[in-house]
Amino acid sequence: MNAEVRPLKTAAETALAASFAAAKAALPGKGSLAGLREQAFQQFNAAGLPHRRVEAWKYTDLRALMHDAKPLAGPPDAAAKARARDAGAMLASIEGRRVVFVDGAFVPELSELAELEPGLSIGSMAQALAKADALVSRHLGKVVPTDDIAVALNTAFMGDGALIRIAAGATLARPLHLVFFNAGTRPAAVFARSLVVIEKGARAMLVESHEGSAGADYQVNAALELVVGDGAHVDHIKLTGDGAGALHVASLMASIGARARFNEFLFTTGGGAVRNQLFVRFDGDDTVAGIRGATLLKDRQHADTTVVADHAHGACTSREMFKSVLDDDSRGIFQGKIIVRPHAQKTDAKMATHALLLSETAEADSKPELEIFADDVQCGHGATTGALDDDLLFYLRARGIPPKEAESLLIQAFVGEAVDGIEHAGLRDALMDHVAGWLKARG
Amino acid sequence: MPLLEVKNLHVEVDGKKILNGLDLVVEKGSVHAIMGPNGSGKSTLAHVLAGKENYVVTEGQVLFDGEDVFALEPDERAAKGLFLAFQYPVEVPGVATYTFLRTAINAQRKKRGEAELTIPEVMKRVNAMAAELGIDRDMLRRAVNVGFSGGEKKRNEIMQMALLEPRLCVLDETDSGLDIDALKIVADGVNRLRSPERAFIVITHYQRLLNYIVPDVVHVLSRGRIARTGGKELALELEAKGYAQYQEELV
Repeated sequence: MNAEVRPLKTAAETALAASFAAAKAALPGKGSLAGLREQAFQQFNAAGLPHRRVEAWKYTDLRALMHDAKPLAGPPDAAAKARARDAGAMLASIEGRRVVFVDGAFVPELSELAELEPGLSIGSMAQALAKADALVSRHLGKVVPTDDIAVALNTAFMGDGALIRIAAGATLARPLHLVFFNAGTRPAAVFARSLVVIEKGARAMLVESHEGSAGADYQVNAALELVVGDGAHVDHIKLTGDGAGALHVASLMASIGARARFNEFLFTTGGGAVRNQLFVRFDGDDTVAGIRGATLLKDRQHADTTVVADHAHGACTSREMFKSVLDDDSRGIFQGKIIVRPHAQKTDAKMATHALLLSETAEADSKPELEIFADDVQCGHGATTGALDDDLLFYLRARGIPPKEAESLLIQAFVGEAVDGIEHAGLRDALMDHVAGWLKARG
Repeated sequence: MPLLEVKNLHVEVDGKKILNGLDLVVEKGSVHAIMGPNGSGKSTLAHVLAGKENYVVTEGQVLFDGEDVFALEPDERAAKGLFLAFQYPVEVPGVATYTFLRTAINAQRKKRGEAELTIPEVMKRVNAMAAELGIDRDMLRRAVNVGFSGGEKKRNEIMQMALLEPRLCVLDETDSGLDIDALKIVADGVNRLRSPERAFIVITHYQRLLNYIVPDVVHVLSRGRIARTGGKELALELEAKGYAQYQEELV
C-alpha cells in the first residue's frame, strides 16, 4: 500500500492558503465559528483541491480547472449594485420576492423586505455569523455533514449569504427569489453561504438565480444548507446563468423531514466550468422528492451535476430526472448516487439521465451508483446518450418544418420532459422561454 | 404539364438496387394506384419522393410541377405541396399534436409567402377536421402519435394531409393494419380531398382499399419498375390471380 503522496501545491492552492491567512481575522464569526473555519481550512489544506483521482470529482478536476485563486471579493460598489437591478429579469413573470446579493454580499436596499408574510424572516449570513445567531449555531455545517473539499472551502471562507427562516405552518404567498449577481468588476472569488430553515408544515418556493457578466473572470463557491421540516412542502429551483468566464461550484445540503414534499430543479445554461452538487438526506419516513434538472451547454462549457440521495429513513420516494443538451465542444456530466440505509425499507428510488449530443465533439459522461443496504426496496436507474433521431427529424421535415426548427421542436420536447416536473406553471414557462432563446441563439 | 413525372428512376439503398428504371406520369386531378408484391420498391418510391436520406438516386429524374425534386430539401418539397402519408408514422414524444400542426402549417405558409395563422385560427381548422375524421380532441392535446392505436395514427396522417392541403398526396400503405371501419373513415377523408387540382398516388398491397378510393389508373410495380398499367379493373384481376406472374415475367 502506497502512502498518499501529495504533489507540490498548485498556484491556486498556495493562493488559497495565503488568502485564508490574510483574511481569517476579518471574516465574520468568532469563537466556535472561527474554529469551524479553521478546521475546514485544515481539511482543505491536507487534501488539496479535488482532482480526477478523487472519485466524486472524477470528471471535474478542480485542480486542473482552477489555474489560480482569485482574491476575495470586496464589498460591492454603487456601480455594481446598480447593475444588479436587472439581474434575475428572466424570472420577472413569477413575481417573486427579490432578495439580492452582489458578489455574495446581501444588499438590503435592492431587496423587497417590506410586508413579509407572517412567519418569514430574512437576514444576512454575515451579520448572523458576527453575532453567533442561535439558528446558525444550531444548523451551520450540521444539516448534512460532508467531507467534500468544496464545501470545506466554502466553510473556511464563507462571507455573506442568506439566512432565512419560515415558521411552522407558514405559507409563502409569493416565491422567494434569491438573486445572486456577480458583478465581475475585477477578478474575484465569492464564497456565499446560506441557511434556509423551513419548519414543520410550511409551504415555500425558493428560487436561486446566479448570473454575472459574460466577460468577467470570477470564481463562485456557493453553499446552501436547507432544512425541510416534517410535513413541509418545498420547491427549490436553482438557475446557473453565470458568464462564460466563471468557475461556479455550488453545494446544496438538504435534510428533508417526514411526510414532506420536496422538489428540486437545477437549470444550468451559464458558466465556463460548473459543478452543482446536491447532498439530499431523507430524515423522516413517507417523504416524496423530485430531483430534476436541465443543462444546456455550448462552446467549451463544462457542467457537472452530482447528486447523492441518501435514503436514511424508510418509505420515501425519490424521482430523479436530468436532461442535458450538449452542443459544440461542451461536456456534460451526471453522477448520481442513491444510498438506501439498512432500515430504510420500502424505499422507492428511481434515477434517469439523458443526454442529447448536438455535435460530434460534445461529450456526455454519466455515472449512476446504487448502494442498497435494505432488502425491501425498489431502486432503478437508466441512462441514455445520443443524437436527435433521424426518423423523427425526417417526419417533421416531411411536413414542411425546416431543419433548425424541427431540431428546436425536438430539443424543447426533450428538455420539457424534465421541466414539466416543476409545479409552478409560470416558472415552467419562463424556463422554456429561456430554452427557446438558447435555441434561437444557436442559429 | 403533368403534376409529377418520374423518368427512368434508379435508386439504391445500402448498395442494393431497389428501383430499376421506373417511369410514371401523374396528371392533376387523377388517382393512381401502385400495387405490387412485397419488396417491389413501393415504399422506396414513396420515400424517395419525400426526400428521405440514405436513398441513393443513381440515375433518372423526378419533376414535380416541372421542377427537379432532387434539388429540394424535404421541407421545401412539402411546402411546394408534396405530402407523404407514412406507412409507419413515428411517435414524437413531448410535442403536442396542436403545436406540431401549427408549426407545420405556418412553416409551409411562411415559405410560400402567405400570412401565418394565429393559434385560434389553427385550432378552429384542426378541431373541424378532427371532428370530420372522428379524432378525439384529447388526442390533439397529446404528443404526436404517442400512445395512439394503429388506426388513430393513420387517421392522424389523413388529418395532417387535409390541413396542409397538398397538391400531390402519396399514401404509403395507409390501409395496412386498419379494420374496415377505420378504412372507410380514411377513404372518406381522401375522397373529400379529391379535386381537379390535386392528385393522389395510393400505394397498397391489397385491392380492398381501392373499393373505397376508386383509382383512375392502376400500376403494377415489380422489381423496381412498372410492369403493367391499366384501369381500375386491373386491381380486381390482381386480387384474383395474385402477383406471381409479374415476378416471373421479369426473370
